[in-house]
Amino acid sequence: MSQFETVIGLEVHLQLSTKSKIFCSCANQYGCAPNTNVCPVCLGLPGTLPVLNHQALLYGIKVGLALNAEINSFIKFDRKNYYYPDLPKGYQISQFDFPVAKNGYLKIKSGKEEKRIGITRAHLEEDAGKLVHDTSNSCSLADFNRTGTPLIEIVTEPDLRSPQEAYDYLNTLKLTLQYLGVSDCDMEKGSLRCDANVSIRPIGQTSLGTKTELKNMNSFRAVKTALEYEVRRHEQVITAGGKIVQETLLWDDEKAQTQTMRSKEQAHDYRYFPDPDLVPFTIDYKVIDGVRAELPELPQAKFLRFLSQYGLSEYDANILVADHGMADFFEAAVKEYPQGKKIANWLAGPVLMELNNRKAAINELKLTPKDLVTLIAKVEDGVVSNLVGKEVLTFMLDEGKGADDIIKEKGLAQVSDDSALLVIIDEVIAQNPAVVEQIKSGKSNTVGFLVGQAMKRSGGRANPKKLNELITRRITGA
Amino acid sequence: MSISKEDVKYIAALARIDVPEDKLEGFTKSLGGIVQYVEQLQKLDVSNVKPTSHAVPVGNVLRSDVVKPSLISKEALVFKVPLIIE
Amino acid sequence: MNLHSLTAHALLDLFKSGKASSKEAYEAVLGRIKAVDPKVKAYVHMAHAQPGYAGDFQIPIAIKDNLCTKGEEITCASRILKGFRSPYDAGVIERIKKSGGTILGIVNMDEFAFGSSCETSCYGPTFNPWNLQCVPGGSSGGSAAAVAADEAMWALGSDTGGSIRQPASFCGIVGLKPTYGRVSRYGLIAFASSLDQIGPLTKDVRDCALLMNIIAGYDERDSTSVNEPVPDYTKALVNDVRGLKIGIPKEAFVEGLDPEVRRSVEDAIDLLKKQGAIIKEVSLPHTPYAVATYYIVATAEASSNLARFDGVRYGLRAQPAKVRKNALIDMYEETRSLGFGDEAKRRIMLGTYALSSGYYDAYYLRGQKVRTLIKNDLDEVFKDCDVIMTPTSPTVSFKVGEKVSDPLSMYLSDIYTIPANLAGIPAISVPCGFSKSGLPIGLQLMGKAFDEEMLLRVSYTYEQNTEWHLKKPKL
Repeated sequence: MSQFETVIGLEVHLQLSTKSKIFCSCANQYGCAPNTNVCPVCLGLPGTLPVLNHQALLYGIKVGLALNAEINSFIKFDRKNYYYPDLPKGYQISQFDFPVAKNGYLKIKSGKEEKRIGITRAHLEEDAGKLVHDTSNSCSLADFNRTGTPLIEIVTEPDLRSPQEAYDYLNTLKLTLQYLGVSDCDMEKGSLRCDANVSIRPIGQTSLGTKTELKNMNSFRAVKTALEYEVRRHEQVITAGGKIVQETLLWDDEKAQTQTMRSKEQAHDYRYFPDPDLVPFTIDYKVIDGVRAELPELPQAKFLRFLSQYGLSEYDANILVADHGMADFFEAAVKEYPQGKKIANWLAGPVLMELNNRKAAINELKLTPKDLVTLIAKVEDGVVSNLVGKEVLTFMLDEGKGADDIIKEKGLAQVSDDSALLVIIDEVIAQNPAVVEQIKSGKSNTVGFLVGQAMKRSGGRANPKKLNELITRRITGA
Repeated sequence: MSISKEDVKYIAALARIDVPEDKLEGFTKSLGGIVQYVEQLQKLDVSNVKPTSHAVPVGNVLRSDVVKPSLISKEALVFKVPLIIE
Repeated sequence: MNLHSLTAHALLDLFKSGKASSKEAYEAVLGRIKAVDPKVKAYVHMAHAQPGYAGDFQIPIAIKDNLCTKGEEITCASRILKGFRSPYDAGVIERIKKSGGTILGIVNMDEFAFGSSCETSCYGPTFNPWNLQCVPGGSSGGSAAAVAADEAMWALGSDTGGSIRQPASFCGIVGLKPTYGRVSRYGLIAFASSLDQIGPLTKDVRDCALLMNIIAGYDERDSTSVNEPVPDYTKALVNDVRGLKIGIPKEAFVEGLDPEVRRSVEDAIDLLKKQGAIIKEVSLPHTPYAVATYYIVATAEASSNLARFDGVRYGLRAQPAKVRKNALIDMYEETRSLGFGDEAKRRIMLGTYALSSGYYDAYYLRGQKVRTLIKNDLDEVFKDCDVIMTPTSPTVSFKVGEKVSDPLSMYLSDIYTIPANLAGIPAISVPCGFSKSGLPIGLQLMGKAFDEEMLLRVSYTYEQNTEWHLKKPKL
């Protein structure tokens, strides 16, 4: 057992999915050819001025409310001054002392335990451009398409006590943000980015140890691995009598280690001051109430409701809630067919498997809630077996047809007709005399074996209940 | 408060201005003179005074979230800088 | 008849009666520029686009080198912006073009508007048409000199601490700094965003009102632009000040004020009194701190506004020969060191200092608080005054080179003009006399926010009862 306690704080930068950029009317769009989605304002041409995007402000308030934070009634924007080629104005417009939201929290579940992670603040700012390094021509190229994308930076208190907790927080946060519909939260595209501050201290000590800041983690998994690496490094350094240097480190995913950042100055003197090109904003309670009224049901509330309203298992409810599309699909399906538990079983089982196989999201499948409940009803009515039902689902997804059509076309309906089944049963009985003897001597549980054999012969299409009934009657005469 | 050569070097570096040794003295002197002049503000009691960032009070100026075509010509813009090693 | 020597409104009358055409006017001014600009050096370059001759106000205008004009090289008279061709028009340029105005060319200024003499320009100084050995004032020195020398009917300038009014006063013309937010700053290359305002430099008060009618108004691209209706400013031009209260701040008439300037301003006070105005002595106790406040607030904002000139996207880009710090920082530092003149460097460093860690509260924040005190002083006086009157500048124009080595004494020449910028209120300078040496003297009137009409009314009345504005320099 380590004699140290780990202390972690996270800073998440989230790109907001407004239509236009935060301070100009360029499209907020990913994937354009370099420097084609720019205008005089986001290029920082001399004489240009910023005007705040209303939607970005509303999204900021929305995020604040979802994180149980106070919305500041007075907010303003400040300039953060530093030089870097991806920053056209030589300063970033951000919020310093009056951010859109402060003093919030997010409840997370780490293992069995529920924990509140404090949110210090959430502030709006503009994203910088992107640099592409061309080592062969010994230059770097700046692309300003991303410049001016609205960002909200969500800063936690140093409340996280392990890399796993950090990982759990990130997943909960991402899910919450996805529910809000303010961002696609796609780490690969960079719409969600995370920096971490980590330090360790002897257990029992209340003051914080020296922290290091980790950057360049491209997945939640990488955040966890990088933190684990860094915690180990801190322990080794301190145990060996050394001291941690406060610095910014870059995570190298391939080498699985952190390294010192060389390019940016370490001594920061950002010279924040109120941006005179932007005016202050007063956010009155009517605006806040308006945004609050539009807040969707958040994952934790939905989870609890799924348990109580539909009697779902925690396992199923978790799976449904973990995917906003899945949860919506579920509720749409229940409206068509009021069998919540059965639908949840299907979604958390076969449908989820199909999604994983196809690497698709539920709304990308050729499957409507109505299609699914039609299929479930067929299984429940004994038209197809559970097993064949899964097969039907695969065909439905492949071919984009309804359950009825697939069952008809492929001839997958269960055979319940006695005479047809008896032909198969007689064959099975003839081939398994020993088992038949056992059944006759009272071991009725071996019937199942013969049912299985008969099912195989039927190509899975036989009605298992009927098989059981007929085999028992045939052998015991009962 | 006076201003030292070290101060000038620090702020010059922050402002990305190269002040060569032979100009350091001159800038230190002229900046020192201005800073000394500005010192008079320390005499005033401003403890209960709010700062003015905008002389004409305007607030809540917002733009609707509408995309407008950029005014930049369609020719490809390339911005090169010396190679940055992160 | 010399068309170039007319005011814009006189020219418009000729256009209307068919006695002159806009083409003739344009050519007359071009001829005048050819004849006298080699001596005055007001223009940085002539406009590339040929005039269109359409619209109501086909008046040839000169544009300060910090107002973005599409297709023109706009440099703020700085090496660092050499080669920057603006791809867009500033809000005011759009309005000028829409009115039919003919852009003659781009005129000189102090580098980034950092100066009161037009001597810090990378193009060299502009000279005062009244005495070619003297400065035209600054920073809108090119605008003022061009209008005074009849090289333009009127001109646009910008005013951060007096940069329209002081050169107007030095060159014997009219210059107005409108209320902050009255004219869009979109496309004005910023010096100090919370103080900058674009305004007219004209041959008389009527032209000032006419040009205000064109440029004033809301612009959704400037968050600080104010969405208030714009009056017809020519309606304010009445020869009547009876019953108006004019405040004379006692702090304005102290040491450092040139006795000749003092006498002229006192004469102006007497004249307005005779016209029926009520003269009141008032006090602005915090105005002696205005210059110090200004040089903190303005330079702090400037240090940040000028950070974008880094060689990456436009303008000058240095190619360092050897590595000193690292390739990127070397590029930044050499570009900025080559690109900016000494006064620009000094102000950038001063502003950086005022914002830097450990000094913010003592300098920038305190500056913003004293700004509040100065604004409160003015608000208080305006409770019982219609305008406040002072000299525009404590002295008349001075010799080129006389003050360049003493930045502080140069700064102090803005002592009367700075309070209006700190408080955001409008202020105008009108000619009120000449020194024995034949240099013009200016009278400043400050008004309540958005009450440009009152300034125009009082200065029009003054102008109607004097002849200073009719005098022309001999060139």
